[in-house]
Amino acid sequence: MRKTRVIPVLLLKGRGLVKTTRFKNPIYVGDPINVVRILNEKEIDELMILDIAATSDNREPDFDYISLIASECFMPLCYGGGIRNISDIEKILKAGVEKTAINTQTIERPDLIREASTIYGSQSIVAAIDIKTNRAGKPYVAKTAGQVKLTDIDPAKHVREMVNLGAGEIFFNSVDRDGTAEGYDLKLLNKICNSVSVPMIASGGAGCIEDFLSATKAGASAVAAGSMFVFHGKYKAVLINYPDSAILDELLP
Amino acid sequence: MIVIIDYEMGNIGSIFNMVRKAGFNPVISSRTEEIVKASKLILPGVGPFDKGLEKLEKLNLIPLLTDRVIGARVPFLGICLGMQVLFKKSVEGNRPGLGWIDGETIRFDFKNKSSAPKVPNMGWNEINTAKDSFLFPNTNEMQRFYFLHSYHVLCNQPADILAEAFHGYKFVAAVQRENIIGVQFHPEKSHKFGIAFFKNFLELDG
Repeated sequence: MRKTRVIPVLLLKGRGLVKTTRFKNPIYVGDPINVVRILNEKEIDELMILDIAATSDNREPDFDYISLIASECFMPLCYGGGIRNISDIEKILKAGVEKTAINTQTIERPDLIREASTIYGSQSIVAAIDIKTNRAGKPYVAKTAGQVKLTDIDPAKHVREMVNLGAGEIFFNSVDRDGTAEGYDLKLLNKICNSVSVPMIASGGAGCIEDFLSATKAGASAVAAGSMFVFHGKYKAVLINYPDSAILDELLP
Repeated sequence: MIVIIDYEMGNIGSIFNMVRKAGFNPVISSRTEEIVKASKLILPGVGPFDKGLEKLEKLNLIPLLTDRVIGARVPFLGICLGMQVLFKKSVEGNRPGLGWIDGETIRFDFKNKSSAPKVPNMGWNEINTAKDSFLFPNTNEMQRFYFLHSYHVLCNQPADILAEAFHGYKFVAAVQRENIIGVQFHPEKSHKFGIAFFKNFLELDG
């Protein structure tokens, strides 16, 4: 039986969904509740919703709205965006969300991962790491609240640190590949997967289902995609879609 | 009345929503007046073993639940941590469990395996039923459920095992001992399989 999870990632901006390219040029793709209802019908493996404006707007997660989305969500749900402390995590889990993705705080205050996994268990805490290469092509962890800024942190070392602190899963996201459909950054993905014992979600660059297979060969336990599930055709018409489960079962381990 | 027990341990919202989706009207409560009136009890739970038992104790729920479930034999469903606390102990903590089911909770251990599966186990697993039960009437059909856990239970009485799943090795996915049911998976997040599961549990005895 297929174990690889195929995860649509929806980006929340205000109370609408958008899709970006390399973290820029957000295009409106629909109403979150409508989209979640469509994805329920398609019986997707898992859903990830990231509020891309919460941290840059310096505000807390929109708890009421998360709760509304979760009430429509009969598949596993991971939420990320603007999470700064234990109280935020508590409210999100209580709203009916299984997992919380922590991104900016993995850089600003990594101890939050330790605190949170001690209280809620590692299985509820996802460390979401955005990675970007510098001009010389060397990858670094990027800060992505508002503008994308490179740090001097080595991605593999950062991921290991997050796992040691208690993160139960790593969301590995390539800024350079975001929205490009050029395929995942397999080389880096493989290097990082080999060094950790927790599941890894590959993200950034998926253009076709064969990319999913490549990511699993590189060691990913789950594959995420944005554009693939919200756009259709070369003119990027908005169409919420998800591959047929029989096709995924055939292709993926 | 269906009561989802609120002991401040996680994903109550998901269970509430799914039970409603299955066509029932549950109540979320930790109050004695409501729990004693319950015809079905659901104990959710996300988080560490000791924390769960500490909260149950703090809210004075242990004697009350023991009275209702063991004494009055109210149908009881524990989910994830809510299943693990039914056992005698856990390697995750020091507190004694409720001990309603004979066994303990251990961590996935792949010491003797060359290519170890990842822990936590996150994702969809097919389950295989180990005995007949009203909870899984269609034993010929594949049943898939969503799992999200690092620990699993070991039963000392094989007759308590209701279903098993596979993650590196076979582990107990569900238990049933008379009116006491526990599931390691999350039926509240398992699409049509979850809806059917809740219907079967909640329709029991009308």
